[in-house]
Amino acid sequence: MGNVLVIAEHLHGKFPTTTLVGLAAGKTLAEKAGGKCLAVVLGSGIDNLANALATYGVDVVAVDGAPFEHYVADAYTAAIADVVKEKGVEDVVATATAVGKDLMPRLAARLGAGMVSDISAIVDATTFVRPMWAGNLFATVKVEGTPRVISVRGTAFPPATPGGSGSVSKASPSAGAGKTKFVEFAETKSDRPVLTEASIVCSGGRGLKNGENFTTYLEPLCDALGAAMGASRAAVDAGFVPNDLQVGQTGKVVAPTLYIAVGISGAIQHLAGMKDSKVIVAINKDEEAPIFQVADYGLVADLFKAVPELTEEVKKLKAS
Amino acid sequence: MKILVTVKRVPDPETQLKINADGTGFVTDNVKWVVNPFDEIAIEEGLRLKEKHAGSEVVLVSIGPKAAQEQLRTGLAMGADRAILVLTDDNLEPLAVARVLQKLVEQEKPELVLMGKQAVDYDNNCAGQMLAELLGWPQATFASKVELADGKATVTREVDGGLETLSFALPAVVTADLRLNEPRYASLPGIMKARKKELKEIPVADLGVDIAPRVKIIKLEAPPKRAAGRKVGSVQELVKVLHEEAKVI
Repeated sequence: MGNVLVIAEHLHGKFPTTTLVGLAAGKTLAEKAGGKCLAVVLGSGIDNLANALATYGVDVVAVDGAPFEHYVADAYTAAIADVVKEKGVEDVVATATAVGKDLMPRLAARLGAGMVSDISAIVDATTFVRPMWAGNLFATVKVEGTPRVISVRGTAFPPATPGGSGSVSKASPSAGAGKTKFVEFAETKSDRPVLTEASIVCSGGRGLKNGENFTTYLEPLCDALGAAMGASRAAVDAGFVPNDLQVGQTGKVVAPTLYIAVGISGAIQHLAGMKDSKVIVAINKDEEAPIFQVADYGLVADLFKAVPELTEEVKKLKAS
Repeated sequence: MKILVTVKRVPDPETQLKINADGTGFVTDNVKWVVNPFDEIAIEEGLRLKEKHAGSEVVLVSIGPKAAQEQLRTGLAMGADRAILVLTDDNLEPLAVARVLQKLVEQEKPELVLMGKQAVDYDNNCAGQMLAELLGWPQATFASKVELADGKATVTREVDGGLETLSFALPAVVTADLRLNEPRYASLPGIMKARKKELKEIPVADLGVDIAPRVKIIKLEAPPKRAAGRKVGSVQELVKVLHEEAKVI
């Protein structure tokens, strides 16, 4: 016993890095619990995905059918709960993406399970570390009883790599579609890397003053670096950019190789979303800004001068 | 239409919290308490739906200590009609919160429950989804737009990489994200009126639901500090150190 079930989210026929992080967490937990790591993938026509998932050395359960073509909380919850019961699963794990955050609590309620959100570390089979209070505090928590439902911070583990081969089986869920109808997904079209996958992220804050300045100043820098664009909550709050760019405790958590914070003061809730980045650069005209306390390299400057200059210097460097 | 909106009393997010001596809680002296910011957005959405759909009632619910009256009065001053305070001095975990709310929903029979997507204290982001499951209702979390017509809801959600739209018949649970609306300030007449609005208190034990914790906090710690680096003098120097020293570009 002590089996772990990882919910493998996919997009455009692939498993994004965030899913591989969840998988890595699931495998770690299975080791500590002395059980097997299984994974469940849901969708319509997903044979290829199920086979690809098995190459990570986990036994795969595929829930394949029209009601699962798009993620919908109620239908997915019912189907996954069936798998949990059938496979003697003690821990259900998913990454805390928009889907994971929406799904896991619902699943926990259905299973009557203890739920731990957004864990940053696994201490032992029943003990986890998670950030609270916008990242001001880290709590070590212990879950009583089984099953346990765990969502994992998208930067908490190195992504799983292929190795070994697991079995693939098909589940036949007892219930089909739920009461909720998926209407559409309006995907933000961008040639830039996805925020949670990018090795470089440039984020803008209230210092950029308006949405147009994100386009005029920050976007050329992102393109010169091949970086994803992010934003502080203050910039989202002020309506400069959409919420899916928000980096922070209530937005996305990122840990790129290089994080450049432009015109961001460094509120604790923003720091919670980026302080695991390898190298942090801050550009801000206020030399007292808290962002400088976490930055490896700080530049006290007017961003409207410094950012175009930086863009040009990066272009020169890349051309040389 | 009856709309139930949840309101949690939380420390002001600007407050610097201190961990208490035994490391299992935090020091509450000199903490300023406010309405959870996401719940404020949920209240505002409830009020806007009420303004669009004549004959609606907005009922606020809080679960917390007696002092959570303050946060409920704030919501009443914004324009909600009445409030219920479920009294407990414990911070209930999300499943217990969902069970308490389920009981109140059974009593009040709202067509819509609006909640903040998460409380900014424990940051669980769970109670709304759990309530929807316990009730067997549809859920739409992280809402940025809510439209109601003919007993049906169409909700736009802020998801990874774009916006998703769901539709379902009411009743349902919807949780508010940052950009759903800009909450109003309470007016002076609103504050005066709020004092006379009904605020019913119910001891949590009277509801007879299972609120036993499943998740125990063993210890709290400050996050590991990241050492501050150094300042560079120019853009040229910055590019040089990133390229030659940090080797990240």
